[in-house]
Amino acid sequence: MIAILGIKLGDPAAWVFLAFAAVTCASALVVAASRNIIYSAYALLLTFFGVAGLYAFLDADFIAAAQLLVYVGGILVLILFGVMLTHKIREIKLSNETTNPIVGAAIAGFVFLALAYVSLYTNWDVVDRPASPTTGEIGKAFVGKYLLPFEASSVLLLGALIGAAYLARRDKEKA
Amino acid sequence: MPVANLEWFLLIGAFLFATGVFTILTRKNAVSVLMGVELVLNSANINLVAFSRFVKAPPTLGPTSIEFPLQGEAAHHVYGAAWIGGNVFAAFVIILAAAEAAVALAIILGIYRNLGDVDVDEVTAMKG
Amino acid sequence: MHPLLNFAHDVLPFTKNWPDWILYGSLVFIVAFGILNTLVAPLTGISTYIERRLAGRAQYRWGPNRVGFRSMLDALPITRGIAKLGDMQPFKFIGSKIPGGLLQFAADGLKLFTKEDIIPAQADQLLFRGAPYVILAGSFAAFAVLPVSFHFRAVNLNIGIFYILGISSIVVPGILMAGWGSANKWALLGGMRAAAQIISYEIPVAIALMTAVMLAGTMNMADIVETQRSGYGMEKAGMLGWYAFRYGGLMLVPFVIYFIGGCAEVNRTPFDLVEGESELVAGYHTEYSGFRWSFFFMAEYSNMFAVGAIATTMFLGGPLPPYPVQFTESLFGPMGNLGMVLRFGEGFFWFFAKSYFFVLLMIHMRWTLPRYRIDQMMHLCWKVLIPIGLVWFVLMCGVKMVRMEMALPPEKDAVAEVHK
Repeated sequence: MIAILGIKLGDPAAWVFLAFAAVTCASALVVAASRNIIYSAYALLLTFFGVAGLYAFLDADFIAAAQLLVYVGGILVLILFGVMLTHKIREIKLSNETTNPIVGAAIAGFVFLALAYVSLYTNWDVVDRPASPTTGEIGKAFVGKYLLPFEASSVLLLGALIGAAYLARRDKEKA
Repeated sequence: MPVANLEWFLLIGAFLFATGVFTILTRKNAVSVLMGVELVLNSANINLVAFSRFVKAPPTLGPTSIEFPLQGEAAHHVYGAAWIGGNVFAAFVIILAAAEAAVALAIILGIYRNLGDVDVDEVTAMKG
Repeated sequence: MHPLLNFAHDVLPFTKNWPDWILYGSLVFIVAFGILNTLVAPLTGISTYIERRLAGRAQYRWGPNRVGFRSMLDALPITRGIAKLGDMQPFKFIGSKIPGGLLQFAADGLKLFTKEDIIPAQADQLLFRGAPYVILAGSFAAFAVLPVSFHFRAVNLNIGIFYILGISSIVVPGILMAGWGSANKWALLGGMRAAAQIISYEIPVAIALMTAVMLAGTMNMADIVETQRSGYGMEKAGMLGWYAFRYGGLMLVPFVIYFIGGCAEVNRTPFDLVEGESELVAGYHTEYSGFRWSFFFMAEYSNMFAVGAIATTMFLGGPLPPYPVQFTESLFGPMGNLGMVLRFGEGFFWFFAKSYFFVLLMIHMRWTLPRYRIDQMMHLCWKVLIPIGLVWFVLMCGVKMVRMEMALPPEKDAVAEVHK
């Protein structure tokens, strides 16, 4: 049985995992490289979906569902609104310019190589732990150990809500 | 154990991070830059959840000034398991990303209303 | 261990080393495909049929209630005698029971199949073609965790209701896909209205559902059903144990909020401004025709059923019958395997009866209520439903805390259920 970094190619689940990984990475490339901004946005949908699948492989069921709910249902819709509200309907084929792609690719490539080096050559303290449902534990952590950050994030959300509504409001004098 | 090793998830995270950095650096459209930021946040989240799943949790997650009266099994029951830390952190990142996207969109719409464009190179003045 | 998992392990031995999650995922694929073709498509068909008939009655349109086997029989000279027989006094009962309008339903389907599939020249091909699939996938994926009967559902996720909320949010990008891809300003306006409406109403819907989740102490749909067996100090309380009727009817408020929000989320009247004919032609599916259009239609009807099914599960006890179950338990219990089948059928019947009650209610609302204005709709969501929902959530938290302190029966049971 061939094993690359612990992946057993005889196991069908490994192929499902590889499919999710491929979808995630390919659609991330489309986000970065597509010339049409709306295609970038929909490629981002696939990326979010693929990342949710990866969370499922990490037995993080709550985070996977939250990823779908918040990223796909919230942030992606906001981004799509951002695209659609800042373009005219007649420019249906939207261009998405890039500046200095070579410099950008060099920096991104360097970052990727550095991160890949760290992840491959570090001796991680891996422990063989059985999967267990995370939702209840996350709930206890929210109201137990992480109560203060939890409350702070609720204040942050309220501030973002009020701030976004204030910023997006049309000025009475100008309009 | 999951079907793949920790390194797989870290590599995917690194790849998403690199594409996100590339998007942020090269795009002129503010909405595209926002997409790059979301990619970076997602890559960080993959790493957090992967570490939470694979890596042995330290006895205490860093120094804390808050006293927890319960210890041992009871503490685990009330405050949650230590290994869940990465997942909780990922949940906080998701909350943060939602708030950030809402404010960013409001700012982008404001820029569009004032300049008629969302090219980040042209936003050079601090005052609207 | 889930019986479905055991079954998969027996039939396909190599799945034994799969993690449960992956096997669940694959089973979702297989079972969803099976459910799609054997269950959801007929469900959608039945809803369409009911809608056609009720609309026919509401509009004094006779066709949808008549075109059927009766008129076929009437048309043929040879069988006219048989039809006459059906009209004769002793057989009148049978004759009038032949459902009318079945052929109208078949003709609708045939018409959709044969219509030309038009794609506007200016449209974005990829987005235009992809949108129906995205929307359909998002609305059908929710069916995977519905507890259709006792111990019978496609997958037993411990985040069931949260999964439904998450997976059905894929519909919104799909709608925007259709709106933008059509290269039509009405479609774009309709799509953006729909997206704004759905993500706004997701908040009161989620708050109302979380009230029930908070009372149940679990997000697993099957466990939520199980916690509704008891109530008012009785171990098997019948309909008194359902969350809608527990706590002296306090939970009716989140229940109604959920139903209103659910109607808004599936874009049904009085919230169908996304396809308001007088303003937007037909909203985001203006440019679609033929079978592509029918995909939107199917998504709408399956969403209606899903809203009814979620309301049934979370507030009306799912497959639990309205009478205390010990009646049928004592009746079917000694029958062995036949009894098992009968009890399964009982749950199946009650689940679908309750769900279709909501579908019927939505259809009746469509043909009796006028449409909201968009500012009224947003006002209802943000200034009425969300504040009431939040206040009620806190109130129910208080009720639950007090009852847990006093160790009153339902909460005691619920606590035991969760921590067992």
